[in-house]
Amino acid sequence: MTLNAHRKMQLYGALLLLPAALLLTTFAYLPTVTTVINSLFLPGFRGEPAEFVGVENYQVLFDDPTFWQVARNNLIYALGTIPTSIALALGMALFVNGKLPGRGFVRMAYFTPTILPMIAAANIWMFFYAPQIGLFNSLLDSLGIPGVNWLGDPSVALSSVIVMSVWKEAGFFMIFYLAALQSIPPELKEAADLEGTSRWSFFWRVTFPLLMPTTLFVLINALINSVRVVDHLFILTKGGPNNATNLLLYYVYENAFSFFDRTTAATITVVILIVLAVVATLKFTILDRRTHYQ
Amino acid sequence: MSNQSRIRLERVTKRWDATPAVDSISFDVTPGQFVILLGPSGCGKSTTLRMIAGLEEASDGRIYIGERDVTRLPPGDRGLSMVFQSYALFPHLNVADNIVFGLRSRKVPKAEQRERLAKVAELVSLTDYLNRKPAQLSGGQRQRVALARSVISEHPICLMDEPLSNLDARLRSDMRREIKALQSRLAMTVIYVTHDQVEAMSMGDRVILMQHGKIVQDDTPDELYNRPASAFAASFIGSPAMNLLPLVKGEHGATIEGEPSTPVAPLDAAGGQLGIRPEDIELRPASASGVPAKVLSDEYLGADTIAHLAVGEHTLRVRLSGRHDITGQPCRIGWPTPAAHLFGGDGLRRDDLALYPLMPTEAMAVESPAPVGTSPTDSLQPQYHAQR
Repeated sequence: MTLNAHRKMQLYGALLLLPAALLLTTFAYLPTVTTVINSLFLPGFRGEPAEFVGVENYQVLFDDPTFWQVARNNLIYALGTIPTSIALALGMALFVNGKLPGRGFVRMAYFTPTILPMIAAANIWMFFYAPQIGLFNSLLDSLGIPGVNWLGDPSVALSSVIVMSVWKEAGFFMIFYLAALQSIPPELKEAADLEGTSRWSFFWRVTFPLLMPTTLFVLINALINSVRVVDHLFILTKGGPNNATNLLLYYVYENAFSFFDRTTAATITVVILIVLAVVATLKFTILDRRTHYQ
Repeated sequence: MSNQSRIRLERVTKRWDATPAVDSISFDVTPGQFVILLGPSGCGKSTTLRMIAGLEEASDGRIYIGERDVTRLPPGDRGLSMVFQSYALFPHLNVADNIVFGLRSRKVPKAEQRERLAKVAELVSLTDYLNRKPAQLSGGQRQRVALARSVISEHPICLMDEPLSNLDARLRSDMRREIKALQSRLAMTVIYVTHDQVEAMSMGDRVILMQHGKIVQDDTPDELYNRPASAFAASFIGSPAMNLLPLVKGEHGATIEGEPSTPVAPLDAAGGQLGIRPEDIELRPASASGVPAKVLSDEYLGADTIAHLAVGEHTLRVRLSGRHDITGQPCRIGWPTPAAHLFGGDGLRRDDLALYPLMPTEAMAVESPAPVGTSPTDSLQPQYHAQR
């Protein structure tokens, strides 16, 4: 059989897509589908087949006060980390984009937390937060202020985790802002200067709007990151004390691998997926309209 | 006219590291003048403009606008506007917001902003495009937005940094006229940077030619063309450029290098250069008087033909009107003495020496080409290909 040119191109196209499609299907789409299916069944005991229970698993989950506490923790965590790390990233990017001595060194210093593996970073912060020998308490002690049990006190622990996350993420987001800032032509600043536009006014009227695509991208990434936290909780608090720092994905992990309750884990995962999808769609539809892409 | 828009530079210098980009230049622009800063790339013309604008700080010297010393003032306090080569439009703002950007910075009341916007948009015929983003405009329209932005500020001084270099040739000539008309209508003082001698000749009231950070000549376009101050000025203005032929000592005076038979200037001129514009050279039959030459090639350009001639060891260009097929022919050349220029060994113009006459009118007081058909040289006459 001879293939005409058009068919041939289609075949090539399909072949080129195949590796990515295979990998995505195996590691993203199939697991997602199985998770959704798992969340609708109760596993059978002693080899009995799993029983379809519809949304019952979800009802059980929504009646679970721990789930709500974890969800609330995660909301606080997101509100604590996302705006702070974005603002900090933008501030740092503006700072290191300007003329300053040792610019390369400062840029590298800001980016270092991103290069560190999460586990290593968390271990470093363990030393900062340690109640007796920790850096923070030693500093407070030298000032004569009583120390705080940073990770052990339920009212402080979540904030401590938030601070560490901001430290870890801001440098990463800074890189995106820095790249975007460097793509803004310097003549725009000069044209504004000729009209006596103040720095503040220039930032809000030109720089910030031109950075909107980056902000949107960073915002979505920050949101995803805020529900992806497992590793540093594992090192720092293990979700404690009394679930004060337990976040959604860590709760999924606990359910799946500590309590061996795969069904609940699957149900929470589906809830996370839905919430993320809804928020991301909202962000794109609302902010996209007001974003200028070059 | 008020003195507010007078611009004065006194020994202004800009150094990066040790090398001066602009080397102690001084000039004085009177209000309402259209001044061109002309020169090859890297001659310091843009740096000079940016120092006047305040975007670059002068390393030395003083800059005055009106009676004020603005050398250390920030750009916004100098009372001038600028059009950038890249237009520097804000890509996220529409045309209207781009134009009134500066008025908002200066907190001009909203009603007045609208009024001035309407007037300026009309002036540069952008009224129908006010809601578009810069990306939706053509190059010429973007250029107009940039112009409108500087016009609306109502500053008496406008600086332009190669504003037309991103446009195609046809649009460029339209915009040249438009900018010039706008300038005289609004009585603006304009300093205009370009490397394009056509723009300089056609727009400027005055042209400041620069090379290596120094002013080579500061004159009217007419003087620049007819009395270039140096060999560099001579070669920079005019298209094709002026022919520059080195002169050496001959028996009866200075001769063109490699062509000892015909002296063209007094002996003193040897060691310097002889400059003649391609349009001033007259081509004659090989039997006539003049400097012997040979036609190497001819380029037909439509309205005229540029012939390349070998004279001694050098090649020179001759502009002939109409079409000529004369490649390979021997001939003689001459020029009227006022059209020829002498430059000394240092490249500077010399007016102390009189050139030797090479024109039949000057030598024989007869001005008629050889009669057609009487000699083999009649093919040097223009061959018109159009039907008569």
